[in-house]
Amino acid sequence: MEQLLEIQHLSVGFHTRRGLLQALNDVSLTIRPGETVCLVGESGSGKTITSKAVMRLLDYENGRITNGQIRLGGIDLTALSQNELRSLRGKKMAMVFQEPMSAFDPVYTIGYQIVETIRTHDSKSKEEAWEHAVSLLERVGIPEPRIRMKQYPGELSGGMLQRAMIALALSCGPELLIADEPTTALDVTIQAQILQLLQELKEEFRMSILLITHDLGIAAEVADRVVVMYAGRVVEQAPTAELFKQPHHPYSQGLLQSVASLDTEKGERLHSIEGAIPSLSALPDGCLFHPRCPYATEKCRAEVPPLVFENGRESACWHTQELLRSSAANDDRPKSAKSEAFTAQSGLRTAESNMVLETVELQLIEAAAVDVPDLFQISGLRKYYPVKRRGFPGRARPYIRAVDDVSFTIRRGETFGLVGESGSGKSTLGRVLLQLEAATSGQIRFGDQEITKLGSSALRRARKDMQMIFQDPYGALDPRWTVGDIIGEPLGVHERLSTMEKRNRVAELLASVGLDASYATRYPHEFSGGQRQRIGIARAIALKPKFILADEAVSALDVSVQAQVVNLLQDLQAKMGLTYLFIAHGLQVVRHISDRIGVMYLGKLVEIAPSHELFLHPAHPYTKALIASIPDMSPGAKKAHTVLQGEIPSPARPPSGCRFHTRCPLATAKCREEEPDLNAIAAEHSVACHFPF
Amino acid sequence: MRETVAARSALRKRKWELPALRSSEKRFLFSKAWIVIAIAIIAFMALCAIAPQWIAPYSPVEMFTDSIMQPPSVVHPFGTDYFGRDVFSVVVYGSRESLLIGLMSVVAGGIVGGTIGALSGYVGGLLDMVLMRAIEILMTIPGILLALTIAAAMGPSMTNIVIAVAAATIPGYARVMRGQTMSINGRSYITAARSIGVSRWGIFWRHVLPNSLSPLLVMATLGIGSSILAGSSLSFLGLGVLKEIPDWGALLSQGRGYLTVAWWICTFPGLAITLLVLAVNITGDWLRDYLDPKQKEG
Repeated sequence: MEQLLEIQHLSVGFHTRRGLLQALNDVSLTIRPGETVCLVGESGSGKTITSKAVMRLLDYENGRITNGQIRLGGIDLTALSQNELRSLRGKKMAMVFQEPMSAFDPVYTIGYQIVETIRTHDSKSKEEAWEHAVSLLERVGIPEPRIRMKQYPGELSGGMLQRAMIALALSCGPELLIADEPTTALDVTIQAQILQLLQELKEEFRMSILLITHDLGIAAEVADRVVVMYAGRVVEQAPTAELFKQPHHPYSQGLLQSVASLDTEKGERLHSIEGAIPSLSALPDGCLFHPRCPYATEKCRAEVPPLVFENGRESACWHTQELLRSSAANDDRPKSAKSEAFTAQSGLRTAESNMVLETVELQLIEAAAVDVPDLFQISGLRKYYPVKRRGFPGRARPYIRAVDDVSFTIRRGETFGLVGESGSGKSTLGRVLLQLEAATSGQIRFGDQEITKLGSSALRRARKDMQMIFQDPYGALDPRWTVGDIIGEPLGVHERLSTMEKRNRVAELLASVGLDASYATRYPHEFSGGQRQRIGIARAIALKPKFILADEAVSALDVSVQAQVVNLLQDLQAKMGLTYLFIAHGLQVVRHISDRIGVMYLGKLVEIAPSHELFLHPAHPYTKALIASIPDMSPGAKKAHTVLQGEIPSPARPPSGCRFHTRCPLATAKCREEEPDLNAIAAEHSVACHFPF
Repeated sequence: MRETVAARSALRKRKWELPALRSSEKRFLFSKAWIVIAIAIIAFMALCAIAPQWIAPYSPVEMFTDSIMQPPSVVHPFGTDYFGRDVFSVVVYGSRESLLIGLMSVVAGGIVGGTIGALSGYVGGLLDMVLMRAIEILMTIPGILLALTIAAAMGPSMTNIVIAVAAATIPGYARVMRGQTMSINGRSYITAARSIGVSRWGIFWRHVLPNSLSPLLVMATLGIGSSILAGSSLSFLGLGVLKEIPDWGALLSQGRGYLTVAWWICTFPGLAITLLVLAVNITGDWLRDYLDPKQKEG
């Protein structure tokens, strides 16, 4: 069959001061008309560069195609001038970017930008183009498209903007749509909506889609074929169902196992790929993956494995046969044995992980036997932010109700997960618990202290026991401090230690998060994201706290690294008896790590339940919708249910009654008028809904 | 048809590829050479200021009565002025005043402006409002006019010139520092320090200040040039330091009357000012790139 896009032996280099940096090496892939191909891999694997090479946007970023061809419908894109390309961009191939907020020009209206694109390529009158744009916006599910046309990008939410971006990309009926992480910046619920929309549009406009993602769940859900990239090379290429059933490359296998699926047990170690993706300036010899590969042999270190075509799929590994044999053997065994078999491959770690498993089990038994005292008791907690603008004198000032009348407890030694869309108030709740922001009203008891009423010096002492791990591993470390100083800072504040003692403690702390003690003299920018997150964790545990708030602590990391950090957090919990409040939007990870989970919606806690219970029997329609939005890792099982419609309303003007009623499929008149209380429906399971499942 | 397209693009490729590589290399080399020259000029002038007797062939007050207003020659490389003084020696000795005014006023303006800005940005609230309104009032007066007024009101002396020049630069430093402090204060490593229990002013000294300083340093370096100019302008207008050894601005002013008959009296001090300001600005530009963490390779 005729291919729409054919990339052959593509190599791309970047000009740097040190010379030409090879970013892509011999990449070949094809897309048939009407096909969806997913490019997956960790950050730094060359996915985005590949897409930019197709659009030839690389030329603007010092990049250069050094070898190979890119054919789109028979035209060799590498041989065209930028002028000739301009007539193809938008018309034949269009792109949807990751950050919808920054992909639109903020000084022009949405309508102006779409009309401009249409009129660049099609000879339509302004009025025709305008009507076309309106119909496109309507098609991508934007309510009141005529009003939106006249609005500026800043007036629309992220989800709406991404829809508008898709409308813009579709405006000239492209044959190929390149979507670069189109849903990464969005909530799971909106992600599900956008993915569904893309699927529908693909059929309707008879397009091909090249979807770039780091989320294998998304790939499983929408792709016909998956291409796995690693350090600028294609390592595997296969039809989706086959890849997920049996990966032929150890890297794909590692990626698949790193994902916390919905059937892992708490305390069980997540499989992770050791180490990190190599930097382009220091690529290893032979197979690029060998330093992280459990199957690596001398041959892998010396020779680059070719991409071998076999039964409609490709893989670049010397040991595919071995990998197939070992996983065939594993399939016979029960699941827990299987995960142990994988750790056995790295030999050394088996004993360690078994130990962790045991201690965790012990703890669980303990937890069940003794009535565990509460570490945090929160009752009637509110956090309102005044809205500054347009406050008429004499009128009540409007407030953003970020956290509104929340009561719950966190038990000693447990991990309490907190989930919800952005804007639900979960981060604010966490910050108020740590007293980084003052509560508007309500009580927070930490141990036997009422911490909302502490003076500043007493609060500083209390801070010793509660620490925080941050979302952004790049921003949370002072760039001018050495790692040793960063980790040692809390020691300096709370304990009087000699330089020598401090140095030893820092070395111990580095070792306990799996880093080398010699790193203490280096600066944060020398480390990868995962390593920086470990440094942040070392600082958080420096004072042996009782409680750690992990606010989206793994969201910014690649799946394989995410698994490493989750394992580390679990090990530390077992070793130090820590209590975690784990805030995240990635539901699988929260489910894996948490004992109990609270679901927040618009400042309200709508459901609390033990984590397996919550996922098995969600009682609140919102919880149910959230769980349904998780991309399914088993391809082929396309979803029958509908995704959650609409977006989270503004917390400045929350809906009356049950706040969820505007998006709830089951809402009745009662829901619109009466606010439901958080009531227990079973032991350990509370829900705030008039009609729980 | 397609072949011609390919051939054309191959040609075009070659056309833009080669120069791209070369020009980047050239730019790199050139910038390096410029910085070396600039730093050499600054070092030489600093030496003139510190130890003029090593460089100047004569004393600046020695009058060669037999060679008044001689054009540049081997004996007097910059010529002699209306008193028969050696212009080269006078310029060398005059560098001290000019450099001192430039440096001192930048230091004074930077410290005062930086402190106001940092306090304003870090404390915020009412203090921020009061300080910023004051700065805005100061900003409404043109810099040179403000300096002139202060110098005229307080009388000609070295300190007063420094105060006059510094006062005019305070608003700029204050605003830059305020913005920088506020942006650093919003970073998550500041929240991290707070969650650890570091005190409010501990955070300020240890995290906020060190991270906010580099733009101020760059601005100050670039400011040295304009401060020297401002100081020289004041001297030129007769509001400068009146001493037997005139600074460059005063030299210009005094030589102005002889421009048609003895161009060298005015030209060489003027050239000295131009060279110094240029050198300081190039160094400042380089410093800005150097301090930018994005420019450092990891």
